[in-house]
Amino acid sequence: MPVTENWKPKIVAFCCNWCSYAGADLAGSSRLAYPADVKIIKVPCSCRVNPMFILRAFEKGADGVILCGCHPGDCHYSTGNYYARRRMTLLFSMLDYLGVEEGRTRVEWVSAAEGVKFSETMNSFVEKVRALGPNVRLGDLRCKN
Amino acid sequence: MRRIGVFVCHCGSNIAATVDVKKVVEMALKEQGVVHAEDYPYMCSEAGQVKIAEAIKEHKLEGIVVCSCSPRMHEATFRKCAERNGLNPYLVEIANIREHCSWIHKDMAEATEKAVILMRAAVAKVHLNAPLQAGESAVTKKALVIGGGIAGIQTAIDIADAGYKVDIVEKEPSIGGRMSQLDKTFPTLDCSACILTPKMVEAAAHENITIHTWSEVEKVSGFVGNFTVDIRKKARYVNMDKCTGCGVCQEKCPSKKPLNEFNRGLNTRSAIYTPFAQAIPNVPVIDANACIKLNTGKCGICEKFCQVGAIDYTQKDEIITEQYGAIVVATGFDTIKLDKYGEYAYNESKDVITSLELERIMNAAGPTKGHLERLSDGKAPKEIVFIQCVGSRCSDDRGKPYCSKICCMYTAKHAMLIRDKYPDTNVTVFYIDVRTPGKNFDEFYRRAVEDYGVNYVKGQVGKVAPQPDGSLMVHGVDLLENKQIVKKADMVVLATAIEPNPDVRKIATMLTASIDTNNFLTEAHPKLRPVESPTAGVFLSGVCQGPKDIPETVAQAGAAAVKVIGLLAKDKLKTNPCTAKADELRCNGCSQCANVCPYGAISYETKQVNDHGIREDRRIAVVNSALCQGCGACTVTCPSGAMDLQGFSNRQIIAEVDAICR
Repeated sequence: MPVTENWKPKIVAFCCNWCSYAGADLAGSSRLAYPADVKIIKVPCSCRVNPMFILRAFEKGADGVILCGCHPGDCHYSTGNYYARRRMTLLFSMLDYLGVEEGRTRVEWVSAAEGVKFSETMNSFVEKVRALGPNVRLGDLRCKN
Repeated sequence: MRRIGVFVCHCGSNIAATVDVKKVVEMALKEQGVVHAEDYPYMCSEAGQVKIAEAIKEHKLEGIVVCSCSPRMHEATFRKCAERNGLNPYLVEIANIREHCSWIHKDMAEATEKAVILMRAAVAKVHLNAPLQAGESAVTKKALVIGGGIAGIQTAIDIADAGYKVDIVEKEPSIGGRMSQLDKTFPTLDCSACILTPKMVEAAAHENITIHTWSEVEKVSGFVGNFTVDIRKKARYVNMDKCTGCGVCQEKCPSKKPLNEFNRGLNTRSAIYTPFAQAIPNVPVIDANACIKLNTGKCGICEKFCQVGAIDYTQKDEIITEQYGAIVVATGFDTIKLDKYGEYAYNESKDVITSLELERIMNAAGPTKGHLERLSDGKAPKEIVFIQCVGSRCSDDRGKPYCSKICCMYTAKHAMLIRDKYPDTNVTVFYIDVRTPGKNFDEFYRRAVEDYGVNYVKGQVGKVAPQPDGSLMVHGVDLLENKQIVKKADMVVLATAIEPNPDVRKIATMLTASIDTNNFLTEAHPKLRPVESPTAGVFLSGVCQGPKDIPETVAQAGAAAVKVIGLLAKDKLKTNPCTAKADELRCNGCSQCANVCPYGAISYETKQVNDHGIREDRRIAVVNSALCQGCGACTVTCPSGAMDLQGFSNRQIIAEVDAICR
């Protein structure tokens, strides 16, 4: 896909309700800017994110997917983020193998108090995805509807 | 196709200044199923809610999307509004176009485009929302307060006065906490013990309060209204019912080596001890590490001298299990370790002390009986230097980024008290800023400077060098005079940063309460819900939430108590209906979901299912909706895709993904 100057990446951010979604709210109330390319989907816990959702996003044309949860040990549900971490490690290495570059996927732990970290994370992630350009690998499989 | 209404809030200019709300309305009307869309300056206002109510009736809406602030702010408001007007509250979705859009983007076109996409995702989701019904659960009318300092004591007394039972769990041998270690309190200079001990006695004597000292919370399970807590009552080796608190055992104990924790390690205590004279309960504990009898089997002197036979070397830790409806965390603080601050020579010189150590030195019950003297040679110091912000407001990882809030005031207090009692002792305070917001605080500080002649120097200290003659050379800078200062001092006092009690992380993990990067517990909302944790049924009292002084702590303790009383006053609580549910036809009873469930909410039953006309008995997962907290771990682990989470179903989330990537 030719990269035009006006190309903007589509980025899906899954945020857990207790830490990262609140961290994103804090980034907002602190007016800490990050690119509008990031769209947040609220999930109760990072462990709610089925690898299928991430595959679906790439299939539908997302250029990057990031999953944010509570710091290890701080999960509201005690253990959810540990499951998320394992699942994503596996999924991301498989995606990398399939040609969806490592830089298009990321797991980050952002607490409710880390508005600054949320904004910084999104800025650096978007920058990375922009450098990689449009996602074509799973986009090829995109349903033409 | 559901009939959806979209309501776009301006939030005054908070949203409307960067998002073209009219454009969002226009785009909403192009979405499938959207039969009504409008914008309004304040959707959350009475008039805004009337607009929603009218639209529900007029357009027979079956789902609502409100494009506004974060759902953490007003989701409950709009759900209630829907419910009042005959629409199931779970058919309401919020598109967060303020915190996640208008407040962080400057470009109007860009922000509007994003707001439209967030609106679309919410519309796509609400089409698939199921009308959920909240269940009910009973409330155990008893509260647990973790920590028996002034915060915990005040919270417990306030709850108990309202007629509810309260347990206090305190890990030390006595309640009282940090406040019991203080000598005088600012800005009134009243004696700390004189105002604290009556509260301690009141708590101990209260018919609704049970105090578990020398005890720790071991395990917490359950949820709001129904917590089950295991409390470890550590072996005291003294029978609490028999002991009269005469104190003979402590006098006779031959093991006198352990450092006295209550006096911050400035002197030693016996192996059998009460931390201080006014301890409650006035029953000693035996320090198992220092006790000769417990370590070698020989000695037994305390047992011999105890006239009532209260000593019991065979005691073991005991675990008791209690039920509570609410839990208050009041775990307080400690001062930071100064190992990373080698320049202040704290570990090298006995005459470099922390402010809390100075409290003990100034206290009549302290290691020097209240006489201000150098710990190295017992001489009275003639020149004292105070250094402020040691570890507070620190930009590197040695200290803490926050202001500890109390240090400016207690340093002024110390300086004033010393100048009052020892007029020939000079006092110099090195400070970055003097922060005295509070009733009568600035007046107090000015008195220290103007009436008591305390010498305040704006600037930091780079080095404290112990000299061979026992004095201390303080190398600092005076920023106002723009000059280096080298000052000879007899004693240096460090206003050491405070940090949350190191045990708080363990406790927060047990309670699944969130904690910030500095280990302070997080509030449900930093402004509007400052004494509640985001975890329902868990409340915050005192410094565990953030640095504060005694009056603020007492105020917050009362506020936390009110929240607890409000909870315990209810007979039934609504439970979260967003719980997991297994599709009986797809479940093959493999047990993977039960393995990942942190709440033990999943069990298996043999049920008859009708699979395309074939009736057969199958082992099927059943979720206990009272125990399920709705994390969704089971939904992802289920290999057959039978488990789904109501309110956050696979189809709902995929619809959002599709709408965003469209």
